[in-house]
Amino acid sequence: MSIDISQFLDVFYEESFEGLAVMEQGLLGLDPDAVDGETINAIFRAAHSIKGGAGTFGLNEVSEFTHTMETLLDQIRDGARGVTTSSINVLLRATDCIQHLLKASQEGSEVDQATLEAVSSELEQLLSSEDEADSDNADVDPHGDSLDQTLQIDSESTRVWSISFKPAPHLFTTGNDPVRLFSELADMGELEIVTDTSRLPDFNDLDPEQCYLDWYLTLHANVEKQAIEEVFEWVEGDCELSIELSQESVLEKTMVADETAPGPEPEPTEDDVPTPVKDTKPSPPPKKTTQVKAQKKANAAENSSIRVGIDKVDHLINLVGELVITQSMLGQLGEVFEMNTLEQLKDGLAQFERNTRELQESVMRIRMIPISFAFNRFPRLVHDVSAKLGKKVDLQVSGEETEVDKTVIEKIIDPLVHLVRNAVDHGIEAPDVRLASGKRETGTVTLSAAHRGGNIVIEIADDGAGLRREKILGKAVEKHIVTEDEGERMTDDDVYNLIFHPGFSTAETISDVSGRGVGMDVVRSNIRELGGTVEINSTEGQGSAILVRLPLTLAILDGQTVAVGEETYIVPLASIIESIQIKPSQINMVVGKGETFKLRDSFIPIVRLHDLFDIKNSIQELAEGLLVIVEDSSGPKGIFVDRLLGQQQVVIKSLDANYKKIPGFSGATILGNGSVALIIDIPEMLRLATQSRPAMAYPLTA
Amino acid sequence: MANILAVDDSASLRQMVAFTLKSQGHNVTEAADGKQGLDAAKSTKFDLVVTDVNMPVMDGISMIRELRKLPNYRGTPLLMLTTESGVDKKQEGKAAGATGWIVKPFNPDKLLGVVKRVLG
Amino acid sequence: MDEVNIQHEQLGDNEQQFMTFLLAGEIYGVDILRVREIRGWERATRVPNTPAYMKGVINLRGLIVPVFDLRERFQLGAENHHDAVVIILRVQSAQGEQEMGVIADAVAEVLETDSSMLRVTPEFGGRVDTRFMEGLVPSGERMVMLLNVDKLLGESIEPSADGMAVA
Repeated sequence: MSIDISQFLDVFYEESFEGLAVMEQGLLGLDPDAVDGETINAIFRAAHSIKGGAGTFGLNEVSEFTHTMETLLDQIRDGARGVTTSSINVLLRATDCIQHLLKASQEGSEVDQATLEAVSSELEQLLSSEDEADSDNADVDPHGDSLDQTLQIDSESTRVWSISFKPAPHLFTTGNDPVRLFSELADMGELEIVTDTSRLPDFNDLDPEQCYLDWYLTLHANVEKQAIEEVFEWVEGDCELSIELSQESVLEKTMVADETAPGPEPEPTEDDVPTPVKDTKPSPPPKKTTQVKAQKKANAAENSSIRVGIDKVDHLINLVGELVITQSMLGQLGEVFEMNTLEQLKDGLAQFERNTRELQESVMRIRMIPISFAFNRFPRLVHDVSAKLGKKVDLQVSGEETEVDKTVIEKIIDPLVHLVRNAVDHGIEAPDVRLASGKRETGTVTLSAAHRGGNIVIEIADDGAGLRREKILGKAVEKHIVTEDEGERMTDDDVYNLIFHPGFSTAETISDVSGRGVGMDVVRSNIRELGGTVEINSTEGQGSAILVRLPLTLAILDGQTVAVGEETYIVPLASIIESIQIKPSQINMVVGKGETFKLRDSFIPIVRLHDLFDIKNSIQELAEGLLVIVEDSSGPKGIFVDRLLGQQQVVIKSLDANYKKIPGFSGATILGNGSVALIIDIPEMLRLATQSRPAMAYPLTA
Repeated sequence: MANILAVDDSASLRQMVAFTLKSQGHNVTEAADGKQGLDAAKSTKFDLVVTDVNMPVMDGISMIRELRKLPNYRGTPLLMLTTESGVDKKQEGKAAGATGWIVKPFNPDKLLGVVKRVLG
Repeated sequence: MDEVNIQHEQLGDNEQQFMTFLLAGEIYGVDILRVREIRGWERATRVPNTPAYMKGVINLRGLIVPVFDLRERFQLGAENHHDAVVIILRVQSAQGEQEMGVIADAVAEVLETDSSMLRVTPEFGGRVDTRFMEGLVPSGERMVMLLNVDKLLGESIEPSADGMAVA
C-alpha cells in the first residue's frame, strides 16, 4: 500500500514555521553568561522536530541543514559547548536559512545557495572550533539509516541459521511477544521452531506474566546475520541470543561449499523432551519501497490553513449535537401539528435560534488565533534594528495570548512592524543621550495586547524622547498642512495627530531602518481599512505610546440595514454616529460643497445614496428620508437613505470570489429571506461621492 | 481492528502516523505530548502506543515509564519513534519499558510493517 | 425555482456536447462541461456602477454569483425576465475559476456533435461579436452559435470590459 504523505506537508510547513519562531525567540533570549536549560531545550526540540519531519517528508536539504544546527544545539544542551553572542548570531542566521529553505520548498521558489553555503560553513566552523564537544553523535546520518536497506542476497543459495533464543522472565513486560519475532523471521524464509519448556515451574508457582520458555529456531533464508539480529534488536539485553550459520546449502554456483547434512538441525542442549512446533511460510516477494517525493506546489502558500485547538472543535461538535436534537424536536412537532403545540413550536424555534447563534459564535472563534503570531517577530526585529542603530533596547511583550481573527493579524503585521521600528528608531535615544538626560542606558519598548469590548487594543510604547510639539508644528507649517496661526491654537494631541497626515512624512522618517518613506499616514489608512483606529499619546522627554484599536473579526459585521428605493444595503454599525431626520430649514447649499445641513453649529455635507448608486423610485425629499451620519478623515457626512430597516450581524461574503471588487462596497451578505444585500464600505463610498461631487450639487428642494 | 494511541508534538508527523494507521482500519487517538498521552491511556485501553521521544511537557520515555506502571499496560506494545540512532536513547527507552522503536525518518509502509508485526 | 442538474457523460474523442438555448429567436450553445446548473429567473440584487447587462448578484447556495443578461450584452433588445432561465456556468478568468450566470429565454436541448462538424465563425454577418464565438455547428436546419464562455464572461471582470460593453 502506498500513502501520499505530501498531504501532510502543509501542516509540516506550518508547524515548522512556528518552530522556527520558537527557535528565534529562544535564541534572542539566550544569555551567553547564564544559559537557561529550558530555553535551550525548547530550541533543540524545535530543530529536532523540523529535522525529523523534513527527513520523513523528503525535504533532504532542510533535514541536512538542520542536522548540523541540531548537533551544535545538542552540545550546548549537554553543557559540552558554551554560548557566545557570535554563535547566537550564527544560529539565528541558520534559523533564517531553514526558513528560507522551507519557503523555497513550499512555494517552489529559488534557493539562495550562496547564503546557505556561507551560513553552513559558519556552522561547520563553529562545530569544529576548539570548544569542540565530544563528537559521539557527529556521525549520525541525517537521512536516517533505514529507509532503504537492501539485503545483499545471492538468490540461488539457501542459508540455514540456527538461533537459540532464551528470553529473560520479564520479556512480556516489555510488550514484546516471541510470536511477533518468529513471524518476522518466518517472513524471511522457512522457519522451524522448537520450544523448550523445561524452565516451566509448577502450576502453583507459575506467574502468567513471566516468560519461562526457551526456543531453538532454524531458519532457511538467504539473509545476512545482521538482518536476523535486527529482528531481535528490541529484545537485546532481555534475552540470551545466539545466531549461527549452521549450513549454507549450495545450488550450483555458490562459492561457499559446506560440510554438514542438509535439513534443520536444532541444538538440543539438555536431555529434556522439546516440543516441536512447525511453522512454515513461503517467503514473500521482495517488497518495494516507495519513496514518496514531496511535491512542490507553487500555490501551496495560498492555501493557507489554520490550526485549531481541540477544545474549540469539541465545543463545535457539542453545539452541532444540540442543533441536531433541536432539529429533530422541531421535525416531530411539524409532523403532527396542532394548535395546542404552538407554544412548544415557539420554544423550539427560540432554542433553534440560540443554537444557531452559539454555533456561529463558535465557528467564528475558530478563526481566532493568538496575537503572538504577529508579536513573535518583534524580538528579532528590535534586536536587529537596535544593533544597527547602536542603541540598547529592551522589548517587553505582554498579552500575546490575546486572540484575534487570523485575517486581522495578517493585515496588522505591516503597520505594527512600522510602529515598532519607529519606536526604536525615533523614540529611543542613543545610549549616551539617555545617560546624559538621566535615563537608564537601555531603553524600553513595550508591546501589549488586550481585549476591550468587541475590540483588540494593541499598544506600542517607548520610554524615549517623546514627540516634540515644536518640531512637528514646524514641519506641518513648512508642508502647508496647517498655518502658523492654526498651529498655535492646537492642543498637544491635535499636534501629535498631525504625524498621521498624508503630507507629513518627513525626511527623517526615510531612514534605512524605518523604511522607504512609508509614512504614518499609510499606517493609519491600513488600520482604518481594517475598521480600526489609531491614537497617539506622548510626553516630551518621557516617551510615546501608540494605541491601535481593531475589530476582533472581519468575517462578521454588525450592520445597519437601510432601504433606498427597492434596494437594501448594509452600513457597518461601527461607522455610524447617529441617524437623524432633518427639517427643511436645516438644509443649505454651499458653493463648491454641494448640499449640506446644519447640525449643532457645523455644516455637514450630504451624500445622496440614490444618486451615487443610480437608484430609481427612491425618496427625493431630504426631509422625508433619513440621514445616517458617518465620519471619515475629513469630518462627518450625512448619508441620505429612505429608511432604516434593522440592525443585525451579517456574515461578509466577497464579491470577487465569482465576480470582481466593486468600488464602494466591501462585500455582500445574505439576508434572512435569502436575498443578497451589498455592504457599503463607508470610507470608499465617501471617496467616490467626493469624486462625483459636481453632479451632486443639488438645488434646494425643500 | 486495534485501538492505537499516537503521541507526537509535531502535528504533521502525528497526522501522518494516524492517517496511515487509520487507512488500515485502526482506531487512532492522537495526543500532542506525553502528559496528554498518559491521560488518554488512563481513560481508554489502547492495544498499541506509538510515541515520539522528544516532546514538551512530558517526553516519550517518561510517558512509557509511567504507562508501564499501569496494570493495564504491563504487556502492551509501546513503540518509540526516534531520530536518535545513538544507542543511549534506545537503551533509555528500553529501560523505561519500551517494546521497541521505529527510526525516523520512516515512511508509511515501514510503520505499517512494524505495527502489523507488533499487533500480530 | 426549478433547478436542473446536468449529468456529464463520458464521450468519444471527437464528440462534444453542447447545451443550447434560445435568445431572441436564435440558438446559442455552450460546452456542456461548463454548465453547472440551470435555474429559473429570480430577482438579482443590483450592483451599482456596473454595465447595464450585468443584472446583479444572486445567492447560489451561499455564494454570491453575478448574472449577465445576454440579450443586452448582444444588443438583441431587452425583455422582461419572468419566464427566463439562468444558466450557471464555470468560467476561467484572470481570478481563476468562477461561477457566473447568464440569462437566456429558454433552454433548448443537449446537442451532441462531432468536432469535424464545427465551422469557423464568419468574420461578419452574425449579430454577436466574433470574439465571443467558438464557431458554428449545424443542428437540423439551423445553425447553433457556440459561445466562448471564458471570453464572454471571463473578461467581464476586467475593468476595460465595462467600457467595451456599450460599443
